Amino acid sequence: MNFMASKQPENSLLGPEADSQRTLYPYVTGTSVVALKYKDGILMAADMGGSYGSTLRYKNVERMKAIGKHSLLGASGEISDFQEILRYLDDLILYDNMWDDGNSLGPKEVHNYLTRVMYNRRNKFNPLWNSLVLGGIKNGQKYLGTVSMIGVNFEDDHVATGFGNHLARPILRQEWHENLSFEDGVKLLEKCMRVLLYRDRSAINKLQIAKITEEGMTISQPYSLKTYWEFSAFENPTQGAVGSW
Amino acid sequence: MFRNQYDTDVTTWSPAGRLFQVEYAMEAVKQGSAAIGLRSKTHVVLGCVNKANSELSSHQKKIFKVDDHIGVAIAGLTADGRVLSRYMRNECINYNFTYESPLPVGRLVVQLADKAQVCTQRSWKRPYGVGLLVAGLDESGAHLYYNCPSGNYFEYQAFAIGSRSQAAKTYLERRFENFTDSSRDDLVKDAITAIRETLQGETLKSSICTIAVVGIGEPFHILDQGTVQQIIDTFEIAAEQEGPAAEPDAAEQSAAAADQGGSTDEGVAPMDI
Repeated sequence: MNFMASKQPENSLLGPEADSQRTLYPYVTGTSVVALKYKDGILMAADMGGSYGSTLRYKNVERMKAIGKHSLLGASGEISDFQEILRYLDDLILYDNMWDDGNSLGPKEVHNYLTRVMYNRRNKFNPLWNSLVLGGIKNGQKYLGTVSMIGVNFEDDHVATGFGNHLARPILRQEWHENLSFEDGVKLLEKCMRVLLYRDRSAINKLQIAKITEEGMTISQPYSLKTYWEFSAFENPTQGAVGSW
Repeated sequence: MFRNQYDTDVTTWSPAGRLFQVEYAMEAVKQGSAAIGLRSKTHVVLGCVNKANSELSSHQKKIFKVDDHIGVAIAGLTADGRVLSRYMRNECINYNFTYESPLPVGRLVVQLADKAQVCTQRSWKRPYGVGLLVAGLDESGAHLYYNCPSGNYFEYQAFAIGSRSQAAKTYLERRFENFTDSSRDDLVKDAITAIRETLQGETLKSSICTIAVVGIGEPFHILDQGTVQQIIDTFEIAAEQEGPAAEPDAAEQSAAAADQGGSTDEGVAPMDI
């Protein structure tokens, strides 16, 4: 009894061989991205670390990139997937420019495009393992949003990924206000990044701050934050903690 | 236009470098009942003449809403027009789903033109026999485009297509320089007047014309008959007050235009056997 079994071509995504092609775990990852709206546009901060599991292996990874004229994308999670996303967006912006009419894709459009991409990949059980922050300004309208690897997306005045959600957002909720000046915005972001540096194991002390305004995107040279390790709470962390040693 | 041995196929060139099937498709547009469009910086108005087959039937739908910010008026084979409207609606919806933003009308028009071009270069297809006046909004303001069966598209300040459109075009040519800064209501009045020109003396009633408007802050919608009739009434009154002196002049001009129009592009030339 020989039923005509259809043979799959070698590179097919159907059948058991396909499972080895799906994303199961991330390998080289970036940690938090923090961003906020300020008077002239968006400010975003991310460190330059690429961790390989618990090893802080790569120390020169740029995790924020400009998209077109109006947007700025920051990513945490799998770095190779971030690079893949940049390729998709490159094509998108190229086709947008090739129309050569007065229209261009703004941050809102790019954010929604990314949401569709992330959600569709998640539905195929083959996610792009990233949490993305998309900010920008077009025609005076500021926009800041985030998309996760399962396609959850929303906009807000300040967003963060990963540990940033737990450590940075509470600070931003207290101290963010409309129309921050550039200096105040940077100080606020540095405050958030310092907390992350102290408390996030995968953070490294080398960060960049990017800003996007109507004039365009600029990204700072990598720099480090001043840290202080002599706090008594650090010296005797368990003093007063009942039951701890 | 004469019948000849190069006009059976859209994929056959004539020795003079013409594609007769495409040109015949453009003739079909000229046979349809008139449609006009005009725009200012912020608004676009579309209008068309409704022709019913008989007193018993309703008239054909010639103006379609494509999206909140885009509408289209057609002249020619209305069935082809309906199918293209469905394509346009689909494109707008898909773009909106992916980008949560309205599809710029300039891009839709190019996609439409590319679709029409395909039909001029396949032996198993025929060109669409319909001309489209596409009214819509872009990042750069209000736009009016005309899409031909040939796959060409042009942007216009004001235009008219279909039978007896020459009369409307003459009227629009006289007035178009003022349109950019016109108010929305003046634009509608000009559209109704242009339609009246194509009627060649027939009484203008809201039952035989349809007007639609789209503008910044105003989604595309077709004006209801009552509103249109009101506007018509306001200028019938104005025309009466102006006195009989003005009317005969206008009538003479449009009659003269119609005579010239009739002999050149209105009506098909008799078939040569």
